[in-house]
Amino acid sequence: MIVWSDVAVRYDGKKVLGPVSLEVADGEWVGLIGPNGAGKTTLLKTAVGVVAHAGSVSLGGREKRPGLDMAWMPQRPHLPEEMGVADYVMLGRTPHLGYLAAETKHDVEVVRLALDKLDLGEFARRPLGTLSGGEAQRAVLARALAQEAPVLLLDEPTASLDVGHAVEVLDVVDDLRRREGLTVVMAAHDLTLAGRFVDRLLLMSGGLLVAEGSPEDVLTEANLIAHYGAGIRVIHDPEGPVVVPVRRANGPTPDPAD
Amino acid sequence: MGAAGLDPLEVVRALLDAVPGIDIESGLTELETSILFEIRLPRVVLGAMVGAILAVAGASYQGVFRNALADPYLLGVAAGAGLGATIAFSVTQQSTLLAPFAFVGGLGAVVVTYALGRSVGGRSATSLILSGVAVAAFATAVQTYLLQQNVETLREVYSWILGRLVTVGWSDVVELLPYAVVAVVVLFGARRLLDVLSLGDDEATALGVRVSRVRGIVVLAATLATAAAVSASGLIGFVGIIVPHTIRLLFGWSYRVIVPLSLLFGASFLMLADIAARTVVAPAELPIGVVTAFVGAPFFLLVLRTMRGPS
Repeated sequence: MIVWSDVAVRYDGKKVLGPVSLEVADGEWVGLIGPNGAGKTTLLKTAVGVVAHAGSVSLGGREKRPGLDMAWMPQRPHLPEEMGVADYVMLGRTPHLGYLAAETKHDVEVVRLALDKLDLGEFARRPLGTLSGGEAQRAVLARALAQEAPVLLLDEPTASLDVGHAVEVLDVVDDLRRREGLTVVMAAHDLTLAGRFVDRLLLMSGGLLVAEGSPEDVLTEANLIAHYGAGIRVIHDPEGPVVVPVRRANGPTPDPAD
Repeated sequence: MGAAGLDPLEVVRALLDAVPGIDIESGLTELETSILFEIRLPRVVLGAMVGAILAVAGASYQGVFRNALADPYLLGVAAGAGLGATIAFSVTQQSTLLAPFAFVGGLGAVVVTYALGRSVGGRSATSLILSGVAVAAFATAVQTYLLQQNVETLREVYSWILGRLVTVGWSDVVELLPYAVVAVVVLFGARRLLDVLSLGDDEATALGVRVSRVRGIVVLAATLATAAAVSASGLIGFVGIIVPHTIRLLFGWSYRVIVPLSLLFGASFLMLADIAARTVVAPAELPIGVVTAFVGAPFFLLVLRTMRGPS
């Protein structure tokens, strides 16, 4: 279980998050949605421990150990161009290695499995700079899996993926979560896709949690229009809500750069 | 070779003779033997140590700051040591104070750089490097002023700035040895973490690395050793940048390879450069810093062209 209690973050005196209190159960998959600047990324970063915050993030009473308890897939990861995929994934073993220790056969095996799970076997020796957006995204996820942490924090894991690869990656996450009991917290912009996979959605706006519940409860036209401010229609499909954009009938044409 | 004209073959025999258990007649006179063991050999060893330190420290700086142009000189070691040396020459006029003043000057400049960097930009690497540039500019300005006021010391200070491996024997080697050993042990230990740091501070933190602590320890070890090397040899430029980059271009990105090879290549490069410095205009000597830049820069460009050129 991962517990945020009264977590708040300020940048230059301006509040960007919270206070937020939230519990995510073991094995649960929670989706964080909300417009740009809602605080989704910041909320994930407080759990990773890379942003100063008030309040606490713990694992159900236990202090979290950096690297061992949480694996983080950042929104814009640094991908050193010349580094090979397998070497990159091996960096995910860092929390398990002492400062001076070298990797063991076990670490090599974990890396090989992570590469296999994400279908990256044939890319093992390829430099990161030569991968497509989708392949790179899978390499980052493979590195997170190699950490073997019980909690997976995903910041827009499908942002640069086409719909086929997006579903594929989330299927992998879903499969792992079921088989290995991973807890997943995922920030997402694709509301329909998120709704298909997560157990629970949290809608954030202005740094606060404004709605939570099952995808059906949260993905309503009223909620989305209130916080995203765009024309939105929700179509009900047996597999979950489908969120579609709507052009305002008499308003100005939306700027495509928005 | 060299001004004293020792025969290479006899030198090899003398060196073998010095190995315990081997007994060969070298053919060198007693004077020549003492030139070999008391003047030439310590100089070669000192050159190797200085080269190894500068190259390994440069590689480590590039790793912790994720900046291809970082080396200890950038945080003010060079300018601070230069100022220290200038003060030793022009104010105290005692050349025995040169090494300690250069050492204190080099370290002092880095301490000021750190304090300034922290006060303006927290823990960001960029603010640290920018503070280094400011501190170096300030130290150089003071140094220039002192030199202008004491023109008679200009020649001596200038020759020190260009780098030289003139030793008084083994004492220089012994003084530098502890710094070299500590730096090499620490920086070798940190080489896998340098790879992790290439992911950026946040991702390295998320992987359980205490980034500021690692950066602090690496910078401390590299800076101490560089200040000690500079106080023994003067400002030998270019080694800290050129050696690690040549290795990077030839053998790839990983610091697990770059750090150990920097040690080997840095030591060899400076030993070779010193041979050139002693022989090209013998019996006079060239400043070794001139040789490292004169040979190093075209070689580096050649490597850069070969590796990055159209393929």
